[in-house]
Amino acid sequence: MNTAALQPQDVPEQVGHSDAGTGVPHGATDSAGPASRRIIVGYGFWLFLLSDIIMFSAFFATYAVLSGATDGGPTAAQLFDTRNVALETACLLASSFACGMASVAVSERNQMWTQLTLLATGVLGAAFLALEIKEFASLVARGAGPTRSAFLTAFFTLVGCHGLHITAGLLWLGTMMAQFLAKGFRENIRHRFLCFSLFWHALDIIWIAIFSLVYLNGARA
Amino acid sequence: MFGKLTWQAIPFDEPIALGAAALIGLVLCAVLVWVIVKGYVPYLWREWITSVDHKRIGVMYCVLAMIMLLRGFIDALMMRSQQALALHAPGYLPPEHYDQIFSAHGTIMIFFVAMPFVIGLMNFAVPLQLGVRDVAFPTLNSVSFWLTAAGSFLVTLSLVVGEFARTGWLAYPPLSELTYSPGVGVDYYLWALEISGIGTLMAGINMATTILKMRAPGLSYTRMPVFCWTSLASNLLIIAAFPILTAVLSMLLLDRYCGFHFFTNDAGGNPMMFVNLIWAWGHPEVYILILPAFGVFSEVISTFSGKPLFGYRSMVAATMVICILSFMVWLHHFFTMGAGGDVNGVFGIMSMVIAVPTGVKVFNWLFTMYGGRIRFTSAMLWSVGFMVTFVIGGMSGVLLAVPPADFALHNSLFLVAHFHNVIIGGVLFGALAGTAYWFPKAFGFTLDERLGKAAFWFWLVGFYVAFMPLYVLGLMGMTRRMQHYDQPEWRPWLLIAAAGVLLILTGIALQVAQLFVSIRTRNQRRDPTGDPWDGRTLEWTTASPPPVFNFAIYPDVTGAEPYSGMKERALESMQPAQEPKYEAIAIPRNTPTGFVTAFFAVVTGFAMIWHIWWLVTIGLIGAYATFVAFAWRDVGETEIPAEEVARIDRATREVRAAALRRTHARQHEQGQSA
Ligand code: HEM
Ligand SMILES: [Cu+2]
Repeated sequence: MNTAALQPQDVPEQVGHSDAGTGVPHGATDSAGPASRRIIVGYGFWLFLLSDIIMFSAFFATYAVLSGATDGGPTAAQLFDTRNVALETACLLASSFACGMASVAVSERNQMWTQLTLLATGVLGAAFLALEIKEFASLVARGAGPTRSAFLTAFFTLVGCHGLHITAGLLWLGTMMAQFLAKGFRENIRHRFLCFSLFWHALDIIWIAIFSLVYLNGARA
Repeated sequence: MFGKLTWQAIPFDEPIALGAAALIGLVLCAVLVWVIVKGYVPYLWREWITSVDHKRIGVMYCVLAMIMLLRGFIDALMMRSQQALALHAPGYLPPEHYDQIFSAHGTIMIFFVAMPFVIGLMNFAVPLQLGVRDVAFPTLNSVSFWLTAAGSFLVTLSLVVGEFARTGWLAYPPLSELTYSPGVGVDYYLWALEISGIGTLMAGINMATTILKMRAPGLSYTRMPVFCWTSLASNLLIIAAFPILTAVLSMLLLDRYCGFHFFTNDAGGNPMMFVNLIWAWGHPEVYILILPAFGVFSEVISTFSGKPLFGYRSMVAATMVICILSFMVWLHHFFTMGAGGDVNGVFGIMSMVIAVPTGVKVFNWLFTMYGGRIRFTSAMLWSVGFMVTFVIGGMSGVLLAVPPADFALHNSLFLVAHFHNVIIGGVLFGALAGTAYWFPKAFGFTLDERLGKAAFWFWLVGFYVAFMPLYVLGLMGMTRRMQHYDQPEWRPWLLIAAAGVLLILTGIALQVAQLFVSIRTRNQRRDPTGDPWDGRTLEWTTASPPPVFNFAIYPDVTGAEPYSGMKERALESMQPAQEPKYEAIAIPRNTPTGFVTAFFAVVTGFAMIWHIWWLVTIGLIGAYATFVAFAWRDVGETEIPAEEVARIDRATREVRAAALRRTHARQHEQGQSA
């Protein structure tokens, strides 16, 4: 313990991380203590979204590797129906817009508009899902299901994983609406809504990647 | 009704497996009965199972790791004894059983020993070192732990009901595809890892958020203890790597359950992609494990050398460089797969480059010790043992990173020797050093040092005797995963290795004895001041064990090694810091959410493994209901009133002040006699 009394410059081998504190109260240090709850929740959820995007990138990479492995079966150009996909995209973007409006309504503490805009978010999301299911069903009916070839396996998994996220998001949205209705605009519920809207917008970003890399690219080839 | 589950699932025809299972079952039942008879259930439920306190959860992670270490070690004993016997002979373990053992050993040791051990230590120590009251998301923390426990439960269950994978710890396709592994073994493997993997991902997000967003006032990044830095790096790696594991295991699940063609031999599937993806997770994983261990060694070496860590900034830089490089070397695990000479060359060089920051660290530890007043406690012994052992393991690793050499050594016992060399000498020694170091903080009394040191020596010598022969065997051409062999010249080396395992067994027995003895004599070994090692960082400023809220008021940090600074100032002025103004503290309420979630995860996983679809539905609905119930909760926190905080803190301050007077008196005496 006594070594602490020595000054670093006195003893060469004492050189180290010796800033043991001067006892002077800190002024403008870069840490002013734990951040606010809202920051912590939002930040943590961002990290989750990043990890989710990494998971998607594994599916994207797989699709890139397998997209040519059609095993003599149908190819992307023969299968993709860009009109349906355009409609899906429109639904999803509109849903995100409604979700943005909901954020405004929540910050205004307006119950009626919150419920209405969230309902619109949900209906548009469900419409997207219905269109996707329709597309999947028609592919399977034409003998182009996920078990047909590695290409279709990768396609169904990548797009289906996004669809599963939308499904989970819809369930979450339902509980969100119920919470606002039953409990009002309590702080922790608003934090949860912040996470939900981040989630919903992130799914848009992933959809844009699917739209351009899978559908546009595939239909063109 | 019960899918694939019939009475045939119980392995009546494998007496050894059944016997082992029965033994484990008996021990579990005995413990359960003892807990119930003694009336400990309410206590366990209230104080541990539903606890969201990061310290409790950290301890539970470590306990899980220790229990699973015993299980994994029994597997190792069986493999070593089988190979000692199996020259020109079938030995006592039939191939289908032997294959399950090495697969279970690897899976358990990595996912349910090493991972929970390092996560447990981080969970326990990081918030204390940061000077805060808990992690960012306490309930999520409990969910993470219980999901990990659920995964271990499924792996253990596979002993009794059904079988485990026979595919090795990474379950490479096409062997792990339905065509070649039609049983439930691979499904046990996949569901256990999916469930615990999600838990790990959540833990990583939680801890990274804590470190980045919750630090005591004044604790800037460059003042954070190195353990916090290495934890940060490790958790960032978890966030970046575990989603890949989730994805690739999901793909294999889809192949097996829905007839997809990701990795099959037919319909355009590509097994090599599995190998790529799993190692894109797998290599970062080894750094997820070793970086926190590096952090522990940094703390231990600095504390017991009585000096600040040498080269703090270079240590931090080396950590972050490793964090990034670890994503750029995964191909060295399959040089032989045929990527071509130039690709192999690039990855070989990248792998060797990682040795540079690691070397920086080793020199920093050495210079920290140089000129220090070293106390060889057992934590310090583990650290010194690590430095020697890890350097040897690191050098055999650099050798394996040379592609032409790897063509000869790939899949040989040389490789097995290498990774045990770094994983036992690095991760396990680090976890054990951390346990010795932080045990008094967690429980308020120290561990018996004599038994601890004896255990260390048996482990260290046992390790060398058990694994150095494997380097030789690898060079002699013995491949891994062999149930029997017909090369008589291998036999002596395998016998030596078996003897080494017995030495390790002695070490483990001594550790059990150490725990037992220390608990029995805990009253003589109390740590009243909360600072048994003359520590330098914030965790030593609180009582041992710390109160639920850790710190009555947030410590005000004015430099690196804040506690050293505080102690110096207190000694100079002979005044403990002034009594603060106490305020009420809100702490998160206990909740069974984690436990219930894990329960439904086990139900869902088990039902999936056995194709019991109605049970899957129940499991999923149950999980969703748990989520809604948690969301519906009205009161998430309880408040500890200011008087109560003051009462607890004043008691600690009292002891501290007395200790301060003693130290001062001692220094005064020394000064007079000099
Ligand atoms: C405690 C002493 C230990 C002993 C005596 C031991 C022994 C063994 C043996 C005999 C094998 C099989 C080698 C072969 O394929 O022929 C093995 C494989 C393995 N061990 Fe250990 N081990 C120990 C600790 C650990 C630890 C702590 C870890 C990781 C944290 C670990 C991870 C593995 C892995 C991943 C494999 C490869 C399994 C496979 O082939 O799929 N081991 N070990
Ligand atoms: Cu590697």
